[in-house]
Amino acid sequence: MSGPGTGPAPGPAPDPALTRIRLQVVRKGFELAVDLELPATGITVLFGASGSGKTTVLRCVAGLERARQGLVRIGAEVWQDDGARVFLPTWRRPLGYVFQEASLFDHLTVKDNLQYGLKRAGVRDAGPALDAAIRLLGIEALLWRQPAQLSGGERQRVAIARALATQPRLLLLDEPLAALDHARKQEILPWLERLRDELSTPMLYVTHSADELARLANHLVVLDRGRVKAAGPVAAALASIDNPLLAGDDVGALLSGRVAERDARWHLARVSFDGGSLWLRDSGLPVGHAVRLRVLARDVSIAVQEPQGTSIQNQLPCTIESSAPDAHPSQVLVRARVGASTLVARITGRSFEALGLQPGSRAWLQVKSVALLA
Amino acid sequence: MSPHREALQAIWLTVELATLTTLVLLVIATPIAWWLARTNSRWRAPIGALVTLPLVLPPSVLGFYLLVALGPDGPLGRLTTSLGWGTLSFTFSGLLLGSIVFSLPFAVQPLQHAFEAVGRRPMEVAATLRARPLDAFFSVALPLARPGLVTAAILSFAHTVGEFGVVLMIGGNIPGQTRVVSTQIYGHVEAMEYAQAHWLAGGMLLLSFAVLLALSLMKRRRGGVMP
Repeated sequence: MSGPGTGPAPGPAPDPALTRIRLQVVRKGFELAVDLELPATGITVLFGASGSGKTTVLRCVAGLERARQGLVRIGAEVWQDDGARVFLPTWRRPLGYVFQEASLFDHLTVKDNLQYGLKRAGVRDAGPALDAAIRLLGIEALLWRQPAQLSGGERQRVAIARALATQPRLLLLDEPLAALDHARKQEILPWLERLRDELSTPMLYVTHSADELARLANHLVVLDRGRVKAAGPVAAALASIDNPLLAGDDVGALLSGRVAERDARWHLARVSFDGGSLWLRDSGLPVGHAVRLRVLARDVSIAVQEPQGTSIQNQLPCTIESSAPDAHPSQVLVRARVGASTLVARITGRSFEALGLQPGSRAWLQVKSVALLA
Repeated sequence: MSPHREALQAIWLTVELATLTTLVLLVIATPIAWWLARTNSRWRAPIGALVTLPLVLPPSVLGFYLLVALGPDGPLGRLTTSLGWGTLSFTFSGLLLGSIVFSLPFAVQPLQHAFEAVGRRPMEVAATLRARPLDAFFSVALPLARPGLVTAAILSFAHTVGEFGVVLMIGGNIPGQTRVVSTQIYGHVEAMEYAQAHWLAGGMLLLSFAVLLALSLMKRRRGGVMP
């Protein structure tokens, strides 16, 4: 659908299943120019510091703000195409939008809030659609309350259900957890994971939290001062070391796996991933449960022989892939392949040289600590 | 006519005038207040000042200009004459027009503040839930601005009941047509009928107090959580 010469790179015709977002916004002291192709399902996280333009992208996709030059195409539906003078107002775009702060209508009950969009969206089977949204967010008990009587976390769940009930083609979430304290965030994250795993609706999720990014993202877009700094599947993007997206202690790899085994005696669980498995504290999840693991670079060390006599439980044979200087000149980041997965280790430059590591070297990774994300 | 009937007539006329003024004002002040609360136009300041003008202008000045405008040679007078309505000065319609202009800021300002307090976000939320702008205005912005709407109605009503200068200038003091309570009291005092003046003045005092009390009670109750 993009005209000749408008695409950033020549290639095959765009996949009509994909979402294409090309925006140019010029304002005083701020310039945004992005060109994104997003997968048709899952959560795409728009990540970046405040002022990087994440929220502007979301508002332009929703039509709440108008990009000077823009193309917003969701599958085959064009919402905006300034080349063809197409611009649908927000209310004609079948989208759901969850704002940062609770945005429920205070003069309506929870139920009436949920029905507000449903009535106007012309959803077929409105009853089942509403019931499904209510069940998905677990808000059955709140329907007859007033928004003022809800906690911050409950309000956000209602707001998400209200957006979902209209059966949007795209769900936009603008830092939906930023206004909540830590406990409330932990309360909502499992519901968001559930949406990601059970719905086919694609979601565009804005955040500046590395934790939310690691837990929720399938696909990652990093924005920096109005430009796309990196984009791609989240595991690959996080394991990139040349230009780490996350700073300092947040550098690390993300692994997807399943609980393979539980050891009742030592209260440990083994999670297998593509290429190996790791033991970690048993958090009570059943065998077979899909989980994400975050392995931070600072918790991974390297040995050239299989380590003996160590307290560290997790040792993975690997192939060194590449290395790059870290923020501090004494340290390097090392990418290592374990089967089909990639981990990142942070070691000193002196060790790197002393061990004689090179791309292609066989070695062992020692993983001191693993964080389980749900 | 008995003094009793005269008083009732004046009270009835006052209520009629205040009610009509309030209704008309809510209809015309709402879009003005909405525009003032949302626009970035450079006309915002001058229009805002113009709407507020009746608040600071002496009623006699306002009444004088209205009288001239409504008179046979004034622009409004020519218009109404050409429409076959005759001139409106010294009629109830003229009085109504004067009251509307005189109380305009009392309707616009509470509404404008209410719309500003509601902010843009609820309208954006409504748009993401497929509400057209006009639909969103009536289903979201107006209900959320209800306190401002109520305040505007009460203040318009009370202010119209309390007006005197404009009434005297453009309405004269014609019994049954333009003689309202405030001018009636004036008439009684001029005629040294203090007993009658006391009754009407006392009634006005009680009414005004009741209105203000109701307003402040309403504001306190709104702070609560329950609807």
